[in-house]
Amino acid sequence: MEKLRYERPIIRRLDSEMPNKFGMRTDYRPTTQIEGVAVKTLIEEFGSPLFVISEKVLRSQYRKARKAFTTRYPKVQFAWSYKTNYISAVCNVFHQEGSWAEVVSGFEFQKALGNGVEGSKIIFNGPDKSEEDLEMAIKHNSLIHIDHLDELYTLTELADRHKTKPRVAIRVNMDTGVYPMWDRFGFNYENGQAWDALNKIMHSGKLELVGLHCHIGTFMLSTQAYAVAAGKLAELAIGVQRKFNHTIKYIDMGGGFTSKNTLKGAYLPGSDTNPSFDDYAEAITTALLNADFTAEYLPTLILETGRALVDEAGYVLGTVISNKRSSKGKRITIVDIGVNLMFTSFWYDHKVTPAQEFTQYAEDTTLNGPLCMNIDVIRESVSLPLLNKGDNIVVHSVGAYNMTQWMQFITLRPAVVMIDVDGKPHIIREKENLNTVNGQERIPIHLNRFEL
Amino acid sequence: MRIKKNIAISESGFMFNPITGESFTVNPIGTEILQMINDGFESDQIIEAICNKYQVDQHTFDKDLTDFTGMLDHHHLSQHHDKEEA
Ligand SMILES: Cc1ncc(COP(=O)(O)O)c(C=O)c1O
Repeated sequence: MEKLRYERPIIRRLDSEMPNKFGMRTDYRPTTQIEGVAVKTLIEEFGSPLFVISEKVLRSQYRKARKAFTTRYPKVQFAWSYKTNYISAVCNVFHQEGSWAEVVSGFEFQKALGNGVEGSKIIFNGPDKSEEDLEMAIKHNSLIHIDHLDELYTLTELADRHKTKPRVAIRVNMDTGVYPMWDRFGFNYENGQAWDALNKIMHSGKLELVGLHCHIGTFMLSTQAYAVAAGKLAELAIGVQRKFNHTIKYIDMGGGFTSKNTLKGAYLPGSDTNPSFDDYAEAITTALLNADFTAEYLPTLILETGRALVDEAGYVLGTVISNKRSSKGKRITIVDIGVNLMFTSFWYDHKVTPAQEFTQYAEDTTLNGPLCMNIDVIRESVSLPLLNKGDNIVVHSVGAYNMTQWMQFITLRPAVVMIDVDGKPHIIREKENLNTVNGQERIPIHLNRFEL
Repeated sequence: MRIKKNIAISESGFMFNPITGESFTVNPIGTEILQMINDGFESDQIIEAICNKYQVDQHTFDKDLTDFTGMLDHHHLSQHHDKEEA
């Protein structure tokens, strides 16, 4: 007689206080495949853990965002935020869709050039641009967004030295009514720093002022803050027109739109509560269209959206290593995905689903990673069906920041696979090996040998 | 190990402790094991019965059974002597 499918025995106390903040089950179906490819096959072929990116979702997110803006405003340009995910295959999907590149370091700049982005379509942000970085940006006729006065003076000097007029914008920070206010980058609007910088640029005549930039924060739940910011940048642009008879060509609103992830401590899932692209687009474009621009001087709207375009396209697949109990009787499940790979588990309650069929029985579970550290917790409390050693799980919406902020710690970083629009998986970043680490190291001769 | 006498167990996997007023749900295999415990089966016999019936190896089930009976203790549903505990 064939044996029956096994499930481990569990007992669970029924709590009368309903519904439990953490115990809410939102998913009753396993994630057995991603874009038509079985999770088990992916793990067999490429190992566990494994990052997986859906090209289809990348493109559909981009098109959704683009449409939200282009249906409301005549001149829109996206620039892919490299730091959010700079795996070249991911960047190139966005470049194929028409995105320019937004970079914040010499390394990212070179990566964008290497991917084939024309220098004039690279936006160079950030407070730390070395003289060499700036020279590279000038040589490529890139858009340099000035963060502070030291940079402004350096640029003016370089302009003299190279007898050219670099194309620049200033980054503006401002009070948009949200706390905390991001005021460490750029020039402040309210206290006049921004005007001061604009005056210096215009009077020097050495730099070509083409744009105004802001990035008011990340995972911004308020669309109103964008309306305020767009209104303030529009005011500056109109002021420059009036005072210097000089036209600002673009207003760059930065990034900061939410993905559908759920912030830790939020009562309702982010998929229900976070603003949509249409909500952000409505706030920003209304503010710009209502400003006093004449039709011929309407600036191009640039968006450096990162997280919201890529988060939902990314998954990390993992494997259950062991089940345990805490001293208080709580279920602990250890998986092979550590916080070193999933930095965003400090921010979000990521959705986690089993990759195989399960019954309706569930347990409140703490999902721990494999690192020998207390902080290695993927989910502190999540109601999960019964998982056995060797079972697989899928963590959802991990496309933003994890594949750039991940740390090589204790284990090596896993492969990243992209599933193309026809459902074919491609490795887009190889699994690391011992040489990835050792190749960078040098051992002084006197430390070459030892006896034990 | 025995389940305390005053604990009600339904066939559909529902347990009730009249002293504390707590209710519990148990999945079908858990209900089956509770039944065996009530019928006086020892661990070895339970392991043999389950491993014959389900796709599970002894190692895994031994671990899961220890975990399950541990949770019965944790919720004060079991007793380890014949005398009734409060
Ligand atoms: C200047 C700038 N632009 C764009 C982004 C992308 O932001 P997000 O991923 O929140 O959309 C960032 C992120 O920190 C940034 O600093």
